[in-house]
Amino acid sequence: MQLTSRYRFAASHRLTTDALSPEENARIYGKCNNPHGHGHDYVLDVTVEGPIDEAGQIVNRSALNALVTSQVLARVDHRDLNSEVPELAGHVTTTENLAYAVERMLKSRWTLPARLVRVRIAETARNTFELKV
Amino acid sequence: MLLTRKAEFSASHVCANPALNAEENFAIYGVNANPHGHGHNYVVEVTLEGEPDPVTGMVFDLRELKEIINAEVVDPMDHRFLNGEVPPFDKVVPTTENIAREIWRRLAARIAAPNARLKNVRLYETADLYVDFEGAQGDIGR
Repeated sequence: MQLTSRYRFAASHRLTTDALSPEENARIYGKCNNPHGHGHDYVLDVTVEGPIDEAGQIVNRSALNALVTSQVLARVDHRDLNSEVPELAGHVTTTENLAYAVERMLKSRWTLPARLVRVRIAETARNTFELKV
Repeated sequence: MLLTRKAEFSASHVCANPALNAEENFAIYGVNANPHGHGHNYVVEVTLEGEPDPVTGMVFDLRELKEIINAEVVDPMDHRFLNGEVPPFDKVVPTTENIAREIWRRLAARIAAPNARLKNVRLYETADLYVDFEGAQGDIGR
């Protein structure tokens, strides 16, 4: 059985890479390359999988919420992803890379009996990125 | 091909194991253990898998599926106190996981068609929390 829990965070970012010229950055990332940055209300879905335990749950809700809050939300909510999140240092702050960073944040302190199987992030209601773990 | 039909029901429940004391239940279920109960607007998405019948062009008769979901899930659970009115939740803690498993159990027996089978039960407790149950194989860590 799988359980999916949804969380939200707001963060700013700018898509840019030193590997490309300013013109190339502007061409590839478009508006997202605005040097002043911009932001999103991200929606994070965390999916875990496992058997139902004696309590009738596959994961303790409080434990899952505490883990996601301390490992992810506390680090990214109302932050600038480019300058304030060490897990993204050296990575373009695309939502693809953000999903991998969230996976690393969660896995580094994962102590729950259920397995982490999916990280899904919606950057906007129109753009969603899903990572099978 | 996958076919999904959605239904809603509102119900109250208490998530607590009578064998445990109040502190132990709170540690496991948090505010859901409030002995006075609380409720949710549950949303269930029932997904069938199969190939369209060559004559009707349908995987499963949607009207029949609606009637089955109403008879097995909505009618018995809507505006009910699950612990007190809907077996087996007099004995089984009505967590979202256990409700999804019970819905699966009730529907699987009724959805018997040569070209379609019950594929998944997704149960939303709130818009921000849902479980997916794919039957017995999903229960043992598929």
